[in-house]
Amino acid sequence: MAEASNPIFLRPLTSPDADIGQAVAFGPEHPLALDAGVTLSPFTVAYMTYGTLNAARSNAVLVCHALTGDQFAASQNPITGKPGWWNTLIGPGKPIDTDRFFVVCANVLGGCMGTTGPAETDPATGQPFGLSFPLVTIRDMVRAQAMLLDTLGIEKVLCVIGGSMGGMQVLQWAASYPDRVVSAIPIACAARHSAQNIAFHEVGRQAIIADPEWCEGAYYLQGRQPSKGLAVARMAAHITYLSEAALQRKFGRSLQNRDVVSFGFGPDFQIESYLHHQGLTFVDRFDANTYLYITRAMDYFDLAADYGGVLAEAFRDSETRFCIISFTSDWLFPTVGNKHVAHALNAAGANVSFVEIETDKGHDAFLLDEPEMFATVRGFLNSVAAHQGVK
Amino acid sequence: MSALRPDLAAIAEMIPEGARVLDVGCGDGALLEHLAATKRVDGRGLELSQQNVNACVARGLPVVQGDADTDLVDYPAQIFDVAILSQTIQATRSPSKVLKHLLRIGRLTAVSFPNFGHWRIRLGLLARGRMPQTRTLDYPWHETPNIHLCTIADFIALADESGAVVQRALALGEDGRTRPMQSRAWGPNLFAEGAIFLLRSKDAN
Repeated sequence: MAEASNPIFLRPLTSPDADIGQAVAFGPEHPLALDAGVTLSPFTVAYMTYGTLNAARSNAVLVCHALTGDQFAASQNPITGKPGWWNTLIGPGKPIDTDRFFVVCANVLGGCMGTTGPAETDPATGQPFGLSFPLVTIRDMVRAQAMLLDTLGIEKVLCVIGGSMGGMQVLQWAASYPDRVVSAIPIACAARHSAQNIAFHEVGRQAIIADPEWCEGAYYLQGRQPSKGLAVARMAAHITYLSEAALQRKFGRSLQNRDVVSFGFGPDFQIESYLHHQGLTFVDRFDANTYLYITRAMDYFDLAADYGGVLAEAFRDSETRFCIISFTSDWLFPTVGNKHVAHALNAAGANVSFVEIETDKGHDAFLLDEPEMFATVRGFLNSVAAHQGVK
Repeated sequence: MSALRPDLAAIAEMIPEGARVLDVGCGDGALLEHLAATKRVDGRGLELSQQNVNACVARGLPVVQGDADTDLVDYPAQIFDVAILSQTIQATRSPSKVLKHLLRIGRLTAVSFPNFGHWRIRLGLLARGRMPQTRTLDYPWHETPNIHLCTIADFIALADESGAVVQRALALGEDGRTRPMQSRAWGPNLFAEGAIFLLRSKDAN
């Protein structure tokens, strides 16, 4: 049995002592066989829980985080001091009601908030992994989560939910462990990463790699950090999380602290200043190598490819109930990709609901105050809980 | 639970206990909810309106937002015991294709529609020379979603062309009651406000 422990972690360089919540260390007797063909051992999974597991162990909800998310879904983030990234959705009386459900959220494999990733120390060398960390996939992340649930004594989860890369993990969970997943809510995602999305990720990665502070990924011990590259990666990615309409509504062509343009290259426009802020705050909480590894994991995601190219085969005979949610203005994971999953589930005869929510907030909508999304999640989860006899 | 619309009640009565059902154009899910509660039906819905879909899902009904004209092609053959199309066929762009898909997807297909051959409609056009507006079809011609209205006789012809066999035929009267009808007789086509058909495909075994 793996043991819970509190090892010392290498945090993003600016916050080396941040709290990482709870953690399970998987020793040599619990290796993790990765898709890359290598084994990761030992390794650690850091996680948070909210609510109480009932006696029947039937009320667990697994929350999967997105690319730059972490395990602090519903509690204050120890690095930023901000509320949990899904504080609007998870909590007492909220759609994922922690008075009723036991919520588990783990930092993904390759992450930088306590789960083993490129910033952690490689026990074989005593040095940070850097680029010697193996490439991980969405399926590897899910395998690690399954091992965590084993340790927590949770055989079956009432629901797996997540948006964006979290949604990819949800689909992978339903495909890899159909008997462990009573219901699944993949939000704003797709069964495979598109060429356009891979392209945006590559721009971000190249920005990091081009930063001289990156040092071939070995910046940790030199007290350096490719902050500029990582900030540019974040800025480019952040544009893809919004919509043209939302940018126009929020910023338009408004100037920042000035009445006329400067005829220079400073941040004249509010949108520039906003993006700079996004980039700057991001590097304080995120590891650049983790960004490389996790974007790669998303790029490699193609669920149908593991099932002879037929997505429906991934869900054959599935008894999981699905609720797929997309947003009208999301051009990163547009409705058509979400609907493609719904159609595959229909073709497999699975029990599926699909809701498209009207909003101009783009991909980010899944993290924001979207009453229709809250009502959908609440209604769906209530009906699943009632069906399973969870009070 | 409020009372079901008469045509939905008639369809509900045709559905076997515990059947797998697809309700195309399920609206707010009233029929699906009724069937789940009274007949332990494993029901699914397809609905165009986002508000309706959200309302269904929030009530725990498995409903997919989509368009009957484009999305039925994705459903495999014969995966449902009954495919339902209630008061929807007249609003589709291609009623013939939609009906063929339903006959393929469901072992049985239940269709209800307003009868454009009803005497009030015929008289309205004859007497006033204007496109008819009635209690059940209460839209001016330029606003109506009902772009492919038909009479009972028209529907029979389409069913024949589509290779459908009529299992049951009900006439919906002005009093909101349903009665078995001789679907090919002239009477129902003149006096029924609507009709409900239970069909199966000739090709299916």
